[in-house]
Amino acid sequence: MQQEIEIAELRKLTELIKDKYDYDFKNYAMSSFKRRIKRIVELYKFKTIDSLIDKLESTPSFFEEFVSEITVNVTEMFRDPSFWSVLKEQIIPNILLNHNKLNVWHAGCSSGEEVLSMTILLEEMGVLDRSNIIATDIDTAIIDRAKKGTVSLKNMELNSSNYERFEGKYTIDKYFQEQNGKAVFDPNLMRQVSFRKHDLVKGVVFSKFDLILCRNVMIYFNQTLQNDVLYKLHESLFRYGYLAIGSKESLIWCDIANKFIVVNNEEKIYKKIKD
Amino acid sequence: MTRFKLSTKYKAIAIGGSAGSFQPITKILSVIPKDFPLPIFLCLHRLKHVRHGFVEALSIKSLKSIHEPFDKESIKRELVYLAPANYHLSIELGNTMSLSTEGLINNSRPAIDITLESAAYAYRDKLIGILMSGANKDGALGMQKIKDRGGLTIIQDPEESMISTMPNSALSVTEIDHVLKTDQIIEFLLELDQMLRSG
Repeated sequence: MQQEIEIAELRKLTELIKDKYDYDFKNYAMSSFKRRIKRIVELYKFKTIDSLIDKLESTPSFFEEFVSEITVNVTEMFRDPSFWSVLKEQIIPNILLNHNKLNVWHAGCSSGEEVLSMTILLEEMGVLDRSNIIATDIDTAIIDRAKKGTVSLKNMELNSSNYERFEGKYTIDKYFQEQNGKAVFDPNLMRQVSFRKHDLVKGVVFSKFDLILCRNVMIYFNQTLQNDVLYKLHESLFRYGYLAIGSKESLIWCDIANKFIVVNNEEKIYKKIKD
Repeated sequence: MTRFKLSTKYKAIAIGGSAGSFQPITKILSVIPKDFPLPIFLCLHRLKHVRHGFVEALSIKSLKSIHEPFDKESIKRELVYLAPANYHLSIELGNTMSLSTEGLINNSRPAIDITLESAAYAYRDKLIGILMSGANKDGALGMQKIKDRGGLTIIQDPEESMISTMPNSALSVTEIDHVLKTDQIIEFLLELDQMLRSG
C-alpha cells in the first residue's frame, strides 16, 4: 500500500476496536501508530484500511494477532547499563532499608528481557527471594514468550556487553544454556515472577509496588494518555515508591508531576512523595 | 537573482546524514545564525549505546543551541534538535516530537526515513529536506515523501560527499531540487535566513 493512511481511516479503525474489543488506541502517538498500522497492512497484504477494518469486524481471532503486531516489542537486557547500576547501588538498597519485601512491577514487559535483567540483578544482590515481581503486557503472545525466559542468540552479544557495562558479578553465560539457536535462561531465576495480561490504558489498578519499571512504554501514547496512565502508576505505588521511565521520557508535562520528585535525572527515576 | 528555489512559506528543515556527514554539518552549523528562524531536525546515524558526547561535539562550533529532545517535547523554532541515541525521532502534528524504540530501519536507530517522513507529513510543502553523505540508503524514501508532499529536496553533491551512496539513493528514487556542495548549502540557508527576516 503506497498511499498515505488518513487520520479519518485511523479514527474509524480505533472506533471499531473500541466498540468491539474494548481496547482504546485512540490516544496512541500518531506517527508510530500509523507506522504500525502500515506494517500490518503490508504484512497481511490488505489492499486498503477498510479491508483491515472488515477483517477485524468479522474475525475476533485476528484481533489477538493485531494487538501483537501493534505493540512494539523491541527490547534488550540491561538496556542503559548505567540505569541498572543505579538500581543496584541506590534504589533497591534504599527500598530494602525500610521494607522486608520488594514489590516490583514491570508495566509493559514485552518479551521479558527487563524481567530477566531484574531477576539476575536481584539474585546477585542476594535478595531475589525477598522479592515479588509482577510482569504485565497487553499482548498475550508476547507474555507467553516472556514466560519461557528465552532470548534469541543473535541478541546475546548486545545483552552480554550491556551486562558487562552494568558490571554484573559474572559473565552472562552463567545464566543460560544454548538450545536451538536460543539462550534458555535458568528457570530458577523466574521463581519470584508472575506474569499477567494487563492493558495500561483500560486496565484497573490491581496492587501496590515499591518499584515500577515502565521504560519506553508511554512513548507510544500521546500526552493525554500519558497523563491518564501516570495517575494509575501513581496509585500503584506505595508512598516513597519509585517509578523508572525511559532515558528520553519526561513527566514534567503531566498534571501530577508534582507528586513525584526526581531521584536520578540522568536515568529518569522518580519517587512518589505525595498520595 | 538567486538560483535557489526560495520561499517564505518554509516552516522547518530536516537534515539527514551518516558516514562522512559530520564535517559538512559542523561547517553548516558554524555559520547559520543563532536566531535563524526555523527549527532544524538533525537525524544522524550514531552509535546506539553512546548516549553522551554527540551533542557536545556538534555544539563546539555551532552558533545555535543543539538539543536532544524528550518524548512529546514542544518544538521551538530557534533550536536544532538531534535525534537521540537508540531512539527514532518523529515529528507529530501539533508542534511536538515523539520518540520510539521500534526496530532498526536500514540498520539504523535513529533512522533518517522516519524523521523525514514524519516531518513531511507534519509540515507538508513547508519542509526543506537535506540529505548528506552516507554509506547506506536511509533517507531516500524520506526525501521521496518530502517531494510527494510538495516540500523542497536538497542533497549534498555526490561528487563532494565523502560517501555518495546516501545522496545518490535519494537521487535515484525522487526528484531533487538542488544538488549542492556544502558551501552552497550554506549560501542557500543564509539567503533563506535573509528572506525570512525581510519577508
